[in-house]
Amino acid sequence: MTALPATTGETTRTRPAGASFDPIFLGLCAAAATLLLTALAGIVVSLLIGGWPALSHFKLAFFTSSEWDPVKDIYGGAGPIVGTLITALLSLVFALPIAFGIAVFLVEFCPPLLRRPIGIAVELLAGVPSIVYGMWGLFIFAPLFRDFVEFPLITWAPPGSIWEKLFQGIPNGSGILVASIILSVMILPYIAATLRELFLTVPAKVRESAYGVGCTTVEVVWSVTLPYVRRSAIGAVMLGLGRALGETMAVTFIIGNSHAFPKGLFDGGSTIASTIANEFAEATSDMHTSALIALGFVLFVITFAVLAIARAFLGASKHG
Amino acid sequence: MAVLDRRNRRQIANTAFVTFSTTAAVIAISALTAILYSLLVKGVSGLNLDIFLLSTPAPMSQGGLANAIVGSLMLCGVAMVGAVIVGVLAGTFLAEYSGLSPALNAYGSVVRFLNDVLLSAPSILIGLFVYYIAVKPVHGFNGWAGALALGLIAAPVVTRTTEDVLKLQAKQLRESGVALGAPMWVTIQKVLWRASSGGILTGALLAFARISGETAPLLFTSLGNQFMNFDMSKPISNLPAVIFQFGLSAYDDWQRLAWVGALLIAFAVLSINILVRVLSQEQKRS
Repeated sequence: MTALPATTGETTRTRPAGASFDPIFLGLCAAAATLLLTALAGIVVSLLIGGWPALSHFKLAFFTSSEWDPVKDIYGGAGPIVGTLITALLSLVFALPIAFGIAVFLVEFCPPLLRRPIGIAVELLAGVPSIVYGMWGLFIFAPLFRDFVEFPLITWAPPGSIWEKLFQGIPNGSGILVASIILSVMILPYIAATLRELFLTVPAKVRESAYGVGCTTVEVVWSVTLPYVRRSAIGAVMLGLGRALGETMAVTFIIGNSHAFPKGLFDGGSTIASTIANEFAEATSDMHTSALIALGFVLFVITFAVLAIARAFLGASKHG
Repeated sequence: MAVLDRRNRRQIANTAFVTFSTTAAVIAISALTAILYSLLVKGVSGLNLDIFLLSTPAPMSQGGLANAIVGSLMLCGVAMVGAVIVGVLAGTFLAEYSGLSPALNAYGSVVRFLNDVLLSAPSILIGLFVYYIAVKPVHGFNGWAGALALGLIAAPVVTRTTEDVLKLQAKQLRESGVALGAPMWVTIQKVLWRASSGGILTGALLAFARISGETAPLLFTSLGNQFMNFDMSKPISNLPAVIFQFGLSAYDDWQRLAWVGALLIAFAVLSINILVRVLSQEQKRS
């Protein structure tokens, strides 16, 4: 019996040939990651620098005044800022119930034969480029909306009532409400797809036991599925809101592009993104450019806040 | 009696709920159908060989979309080359290297979060940024700037998918690389990237689909060009910008071309999406 040589507990291994390239490759990968980081930092910095002249010149009035007058070089961004928030929130109000309905339909009682095609169709809706939605909204949806919704509602609204105020505006088919509806069609598939995936994470056992004690579908969804995914569902909704806030082209087509405060749901308005898209390439003065970029900065801050909240809710579950 | 009432109520509530969800699904499907239908009706009627052969016309004259199609392909192609290189490397960093030390891990978390922000940042803001770094300094709109803007939109998508796919690979794959005496970078390139190539391709295709319809960031980077142009340092025409300009114009023939352009883009994007589906389906099977 020969004694085994004492081991130190550590095995050594010759460095593989070519290992000297390892740090270089790590460096390359880290550089690529840093590039993304720099891009985001660059966006923030360039927006802040570019928008600073307008922000420091108009100060608080930039956020409170809705006077946007390139001729007199006076810029108050309240119109587009409020327009952005209103259209995004309205579109969320329209999209959320429908997206929720689709998700429930697909998970709980869609015939298995239709499940895949419908799921795919909903996801394809998410892939349609926003400019196509814009064209469709302007040429197909807006005229229909004008004839079958705006006119009847305006004629119906009793004078002096809150409805008359709400339905104020020129019934030309473009305006805040139409823009919100098109936006809701655009964010709907995102929310629906995410909600559906969330619902599928609920263990079958849990749902089946609820059915087992005699719950109806609505009771299973409200008392079992939804509480199970509550946090992530809020995150998913916030992500949809983030998309609606920054959406540009579709809105530019149909919102009517006026800078004043919208007076009613059918009145024209503008969002930050649509204002930039319309005016940036043709800005008349340095202050005009700067005001547009300042608006961009505001948009960035709003979307960043929404995304950060969404992350916090979705957060740990995705990358853990 | 009371028991029956409650059961009735529950059943009615349930029926209402089922009806509501089914209606929601029907609404979504009809929206998609309506959009595709009007695209086909309006777009196909304007479709002819001239679209692919002639450049964008002046109002009321004969023309096509050839310069815009070529321009779009050039911009997206250049953007995708950059985005795939940066995205795959950055994704590899996040998946393979960020676990190596606490410092790298912290850095990885920051990059991951900011990549997600970049992923959902309004594309028009990316356009503004690129205007500042690539248009203003050279005093002119140019194709490189447009490609850069599109690349910045595509790169986060590729990064995200690369990271996700790499993380799905079995630990044994990495160990087998080490066991063969390969350095880490060879293991990553020869084993991990190869094993994840399908997933990375999927991510790249999705990114391509996303940028091919992007309009907002091109409006003040690449702008547009009435003529056929292969020089990336000059303004380059592109389909989305042409659709925007022609669609909002007052000329019938311009609007008709805009519809054709919208049809082409939607068709391209939808086919890419379906291709991705087929690809990932096959991977699951094999």
